Amino acid sequence: MPKLTINGTEIEVAPGTSILQAAESLGYEIPRFCYHDRLSVPGNCRMCLVEVEGAPKPVASCAMAAGEGMIVHTDTDRVRRARQNVMEFLLINHPLDCPICDQGGECDLQDQAVAYGYDRSRYRESKRAVPNKNIGPLIKTIMTRCIQCTRCVRFGEEIAGVTELGLLHRGEDVEIGTFVEKAVSTELSGNMIDICPVGALTSAPYAYKARPWELRKTQSIDISDAAGSNIRIDSRGNEVLRILPRLHEGINEEWISDKARFCYDGVSRGRLDTPWLRDEPGAKLRPVSWEEALTFVAGRLRKIRAKDMAALAGDLADLESVVALKDLMTQLGTPHLDCRMDGARFDPSSRANYLFNTTIAGLERADCILLVGTNPRWESTMINARIRKAWRQKKGALPVGLIGEEADLTYPVEHIGETAAALKEIIGGKHPFAKKMKAAQNPVLIVGSAVFAREDHGAIAHLLGELARKYDIIRDGWNGMNMLHGAAGRTGALDVGFVPQAPDARGMAEIIEGTRSGAVKALYLLGTDEFNARADIGWQCFVVYQGHHGDHAAMRADVILPGAAWTEQDGTYVNVEGRPQFARQAVSPPGEAKENWKIIRALAERLNIRLPYDTSAHISARIAADWPHLAKWDVLPDHTEIGAWDLKGEKGDLSGGVLASPVRNYYMTNPLCRASEIMARCHAAFPKGRDADSGSEDKTEQEAAE
Amino acid sequence: MKKIFEPDAAYQPDTFAFKDPKKVKDILGRYPQTHQGRRSAVMPLLDLAQRQTAKEGLKADPPHGGWIPRAAMDEIARMLDLPPVKVYEVATFYSMFQLAPVGVHLIQVCTTTPCWLRGSDRILETCREKAGIDLDETRPDGKFTLVEVECLGACVNAPIVQINDDYYEDLTPELMEDILDALEKDKKPKTAKTAKIPGKTPESSPRRKPGSS
Repeated sequence: MPKLTINGTEIEVAPGTSILQAAESLGYEIPRFCYHDRLSVPGNCRMCLVEVEGAPKPVASCAMAAGEGMIVHTDTDRVRRARQNVMEFLLINHPLDCPICDQGGECDLQDQAVAYGYDRSRYRESKRAVPNKNIGPLIKTIMTRCIQCTRCVRFGEEIAGVTELGLLHRGEDVEIGTFVEKAVSTELSGNMIDICPVGALTSAPYAYKARPWELRKTQSIDISDAAGSNIRIDSRGNEVLRILPRLHEGINEEWISDKARFCYDGVSRGRLDTPWLRDEPGAKLRPVSWEEALTFVAGRLRKIRAKDMAALAGDLADLESVVALKDLMTQLGTPHLDCRMDGARFDPSSRANYLFNTTIAGLERADCILLVGTNPRWESTMINARIRKAWRQKKGALPVGLIGEEADLTYPVEHIGETAAALKEIIGGKHPFAKKMKAAQNPVLIVGSAVFAREDHGAIAHLLGELARKYDIIRDGWNGMNMLHGAAGRTGALDVGFVPQAPDARGMAEIIEGTRSGAVKALYLLGTDEFNARADIGWQCFVVYQGHHGDHAAMRADVILPGAAWTEQDGTYVNVEGRPQFARQAVSPPGEAKENWKIIRALAERLNIRLPYDTSAHISARIAADWPHLAKWDVLPDHTEIGAWDLKGEKGDLSGGVLASPVRNYYMTNPLCRASEIMARCHAAFPKGRDADSGSEDKTEQEAAE
Repeated sequence: MKKIFEPDAAYQPDTFAFKDPKKVKDILGRYPQTHQGRRSAVMPLLDLAQRQTAKEGLKADPPHGGWIPRAAMDEIARMLDLPPVKVYEVATFYSMFQLAPVGVHLIQVCTTTPCWLRGSDRILETCREKAGIDLDETRPDGKFTLVEVECLGACVNAPIVQINDDYYEDLTPELMEDILDALEKDKKPKTAKTAKIPGKTPESSPRRKPGSS
């Protein structure tokens, strides 16, 4: 443990800690451009120079490990002069276009030029200009501004796993580029905008929209997948202008996926902003007042027996509205509820059955990972990034097996088989991967929830249980059994038990089937857009759709109740790990749209049912009363309390067929994305997901065209 | 000079294959057989590719010197399991790698300070007149390409010109003319005996008496 003195303060640090990190832990700020906590250290910007007694020259503190007995000064005249000189060189070729640069106001170079720059330039030669690169629809490049810190290059290589950018040529000709012109095809590319310390890489959709100091910043939670990445919504007036990641070491570190970052323009497009009503099946929808819509719905529901009603909670539903809907349905007396829009039918009685028990951060301790019927890259980008991080930390010694469709997950994957039969091979112990599972201290199994939508889900659950026992996946201090969901609202809805309320009650598939057979006469849809409602729901069924986008389900609905999108209301979301997080309201809903739980509360009133909550505080208290763990924000479930994975399943025949990932089209997984222009551009530029991997046509669009 | 690299130009061949698998194997065998270790083979393989095209270029019409097509870089990337851009990075960095067709004789005139003080301007002028081309140009018959380079690291015998693999040191305009005349006739430059310095023999150069150093 080297002990060193920084500015007169002695500090002991772990071996290998750089001077910069040591100084930072003492609170001394050291300017830097190329150094980034989560990337490798190239030491090429020279901005972090400090003086070390005995060294002939100032040293780059980011690349110099702290040594025993070093005496470091971070703020002497010599240091300042050295940094000023570095800054002068950096500014030689940097254009003076701050007034028209989108980075202005949040630019490292700008900030540090205030501290270390001269107020005029001594440079009289011509400045160099670098042609801009076309690297896709998300990143706008103004390469003349680039100071060659290579953060973007290292990010692509290390975090995203897609090495497409490089530092080309040399000397004054040096430039960042792909050389062969192509888009930077990673679902994490937006983070390059964040880490660029200057305005060379800026957000293309946000170009010239606003200055950072004009924006209202709201802490929120990403809902584009179920990882629950922490985000910050920047808005001005009533418009969301951009979304940035918020640091959360347990989930997204400081990255977010492009879908989380850029789906925001979908919020203001294709919105339902007034209630609509269809007087009789086949008639046209007409806009009506809230009063009329609610009275109409109440009138119709009163005529239908409770056991002929059903309710479905969709992928983006917040916890509060799910609880309100469940309370309403329970009081009406219908047991037919489900939230598993993918049709999964696992047993949700124990929380451990459907949570990501290892936790996202826990993946870093894993030493063998088996993926079953899931493609984490498309279903939960941050979880995939974490697996890649674990793989990198172990220098490639992390075996990852995949049962399902072959996929490029940005790290080497051993493809064991396409069908569930491969599970038997692993259990049999003959397969080479089985030996790796056997040898592992902390084996992890991640199963996609879509696996349980299959006919043979019981048999697969049985095999998974056998596998877990055979390889001790659950043991003291380690729970390696995980289910991966794709929907932000799913875990919360499962937690509050928005599932069939009795053994003979209908689940997702039976409800839809019931609408056709006439057994389900009224169907309440809370933001359910991930099935083809127009084709699947029987024509006689009375359908109420509450949601924010005129997507699949709204077109089929008899009554549309416009709800707020996640940016427009406070709401709790429980992520895959079972970690409840609170998304704050950033803007107000458009037109007549209302907060979702309030709509249900108002409808209940019309049905002479008084739901016992009038304010947000009341409904929070209601949740806390029944599910105290869901009121503790950002607290992980205690696994000693919730028990272990306990999906029984039953022995049965496997029906064969590929264990496919449900994400057919990465940029189009929810109504917000489908309404988003930016996502559409991404889809055109770099299609991702099952359809892209297999090269088949996009069926969703075909269906929409029909 | 900034390197020209036009990955989609018409002159870029579609494919590239190494003609001498034994040499390739030899190169790959020099480095540790890890992913990181294999990366070291990038430079020798680029060099091999350049020498291969140089050999083929002599028979082409018009002839050309050694250069590395994009297909060759992609092939090297494939062989070493690297992203292509990692090979491009190396190839664009070093001035020894040519990324576009050049003349059979690539005349690299050093104009950095010591050479410049010793009269590189006159050498460059001679090259211009003799070869009939300007800087960064290739003669249409494919014989010469004239480029300016930064320090070739032989300042002790400035001014220096590098032509393909050979250094010509202690040059005067007259010597330069002789060299170019010889190359024009596809002969080894007559002055090569005195001016070409394999290793380092400054005593053989015309400006120095034998024995002095």
